[in-house]
Amino acid sequence: MGKVINIQPITRIEGHASIHIQLDDQGNVQETKVAFKSLRGFEKFVEGKPAEELPRIVSRICGICPWMHHIASNKAVDACFKVTPPPAGNLLRELMLTVAHIEDKLLHFFFLAGADFFLGPEYDYSVRNIMGLVKANPELAQKVIKMRHKAKMVLDRFSKKTIHPVAGVPGGFIKPLSIEDRKIFLDNLTELLDFALFALEYAKKEVFPKFGEFYPGLGEITTGFIGMVDNKGAMNLYDGNIRLMKPDGSCKEFRPDEYLDHLAEKVIPFSYGKFPYAKSWGEGFSMDLNAPKGIYRSNTLARINVADRIATPRAQAELEEFRDQHGRPAQSTLLYHYARLIEEVYTCERAIEILKDPRIISPKIRTKVEPCAGRGVGCVEAPRGTLIHDYSTDENGLITRVNLIVGTTHNLAPINLSVDRAARDLIKNGVYDDVILNKIEMAVRAYDP
Amino acid sequence: MPIKLAGESLNACSGCEISILDMGGKLLTLLEFVSIVHLPLLMDSKHCDGKNNSQTVKLPKADVGLISGSIKTKEHLELARAMRDSCDLIIAFGTCATHGGIPALANSFHNDDMLGHCFNTVGTDKADSFPSDIVPEMMDACYALDEHIRVDVCLPGCPPHPDHIFRALQSIEKKESFLLPEKSVCDNCPASRDGKGRVNELKRALELPQWRVFDDTKEVFKCFLEQGFLCMGPVTRDGCGGDTEQARCIMAQVPCRGCYGPVKKEGNQRLAMLNALASNDIDISSLPETLSMLRFSGGHGLLRPLPRIKESE
Repeated sequence: MGKVINIQPITRIEGHASIHIQLDDQGNVQETKVAFKSLRGFEKFVEGKPAEELPRIVSRICGICPWMHHIASNKAVDACFKVTPPPAGNLLRELMLTVAHIEDKLLHFFFLAGADFFLGPEYDYSVRNIMGLVKANPELAQKVIKMRHKAKMVLDRFSKKTIHPVAGVPGGFIKPLSIEDRKIFLDNLTELLDFALFALEYAKKEVFPKFGEFYPGLGEITTGFIGMVDNKGAMNLYDGNIRLMKPDGSCKEFRPDEYLDHLAEKVIPFSYGKFPYAKSWGEGFSMDLNAPKGIYRSNTLARINVADRIATPRAQAELEEFRDQHGRPAQSTLLYHYARLIEEVYTCERAIEILKDPRIISPKIRTKVEPCAGRGVGCVEAPRGTLIHDYSTDENGLITRVNLIVGTTHNLAPINLSVDRAARDLIKNGVYDDVILNKIEMAVRAYDP
Repeated sequence: MPIKLAGESLNACSGCEISILDMGGKLLTLLEFVSIVHLPLLMDSKHCDGKNNSQTVKLPKADVGLISGSIKTKEHLELARAMRDSCDLIIAFGTCATHGGIPALANSFHNDDMLGHCFNTVGTDKADSFPSDIVPEMMDACYALDEHIRVDVCLPGCPPHPDHIFRALQSIEKKESFLLPEKSVCDNCPASRDGKGRVNELKRALELPQWRVFDDTKEVFKCFLEQGFLCMGPVTRDGCGGDTEQARCIMAQVPCRGCYGPVKKEGNQRLAMLNALASNDIDISSLPETLSMLRFSGGHGLLRPLPRIKESE
């Protein structure tokens, strides 16, 4: 048996994971494992709780995307209690979800993953981070910090609690939007859209061209994809059908409450997170790098791939340019970052669209709710992928059963495959160093900071 | 010289670390007097020298250690101890670290029940065994930090407000004292109370509490409890609004659920709340369940699984 390399923990990602690379006697990669080490037991410990309390509990699954859990949970409880929020209630939820996406993508690209690109993978590891970026490029760093804070302040001004929010409620939203706030938010979002367009142009010039040069084929694998689309096939982060695309580009579409017919989860010996796979493809599950089975990916590149189009003009133009260069489905793992910045443009445009919708200032924000027995599936697109909350309630509206498929988990098997690919390509005959090990981590950061 | 700061996140969601970033422009000021030497969410510092297959946790020396999250696995425990060894001062950062937080709701269940459930949910292929390769071993409960290591400072909150994080670190750098609010959410609540206690039962959060506009400049509302909604304000430590705002959930027009933990560190939010309700003649059985009153503070043995009844012969 050869050596084992442990990357512990994987850094500049959200969550707790580590990489274990088993080398053979010649120092080549025999096996890799990416272990996900956290299990808090939400699916169990919410049992017996009043369903209307869940949106304020399950947000704690993730401190980076609490809004997505909060809103998916509200949608699941709506369905259990058989209520539909009024238009303003839905629009306000979508606005908050969309602004949370805007903030998250800036965090992911600039604060967490960005240091690899702006400073380079060979940069001194102790300053290869946002603090290093502040010193190396203070103008850009200050702008990014200011812009992210601007998005956060929209959430803060309106909803008060931005991490672990409380403003969504079963049946709708907690308060109406004032005309004054609407105007302030429109000004903020217009500025954020300008920055999103700047960031994309900047990255197209300074970052994406480096992918091929410095990281050719890093973590590249061929898989299917998952994401939500509206009834016209356009990308939708708040509502719609789930579209599951095979590696050859063919698609199946289904309602979120039909997810169990299409997806299943595997228990993996080295991970507390279960690995979902595409059951309806009928080929089973395999993480064999040369012949993976049932493997699909979620998150930005997946959404860009499954959507026929994007319903806002600037993002659609960017999508067309992207497809001209990379085709559909695009498979290259580092393209997640490109897709992320296209989505940043879309979310800014979409937030402005929502704010301009005359229904948004309606004082009718919540439908009356009565607890009852039922089952409800709430689905939204979280930054890291299609987020599914599936609840059942008893006649008092208390939770009897919960099943969650969290955005990141769709990518657990693909992350393992990408890391395996990167490790096999980069570690040869026992030769490796910190730069190589960081490049292997970059295969994780493309998906999941 | 800037103070050296190390951070670790245990059984947690990373929300506390994001709250550091939510300082906005003040983050740049913070970085002038704080030098971050270890914080895996934001920088590439590892636990051990994995290139040589070392499994021994070795963290850089720091003046201050921020630990978020509770302790649920042997790995969390090892990291908490390593932080204690490498940092002069340990801050329990956020309510998971100070009182167990939401993940301590799992303390109402035995581990094997929880694992058995999570790895057998609808849609999960049947597995022969639970994960046990590489993943760290679970402890028997979810513990607050001070149940296993010495803690010097408690900074509660889910998450702690950026104002408090900034001021706590600033006061350490300046060697000044810094006191967090020590009153309850109620003591600083803008609600108007008439104290007549007409409510005998509590309603679930299925309808919106009322707000009314008092005059052109100020919005006032009637106390949520006096409207008949459960609000944990009387038994929860104030401070979630930071230096300039009042309690965040209250200002968002929803009742408090207790995320800053009990008013006195060793308090029991459920017991205190049940006492308060009973002494106001409010029928506790009007609530569907009350264990959720410990949803942020179920560590320290306050939430426990029901004893197993042995099957009779």
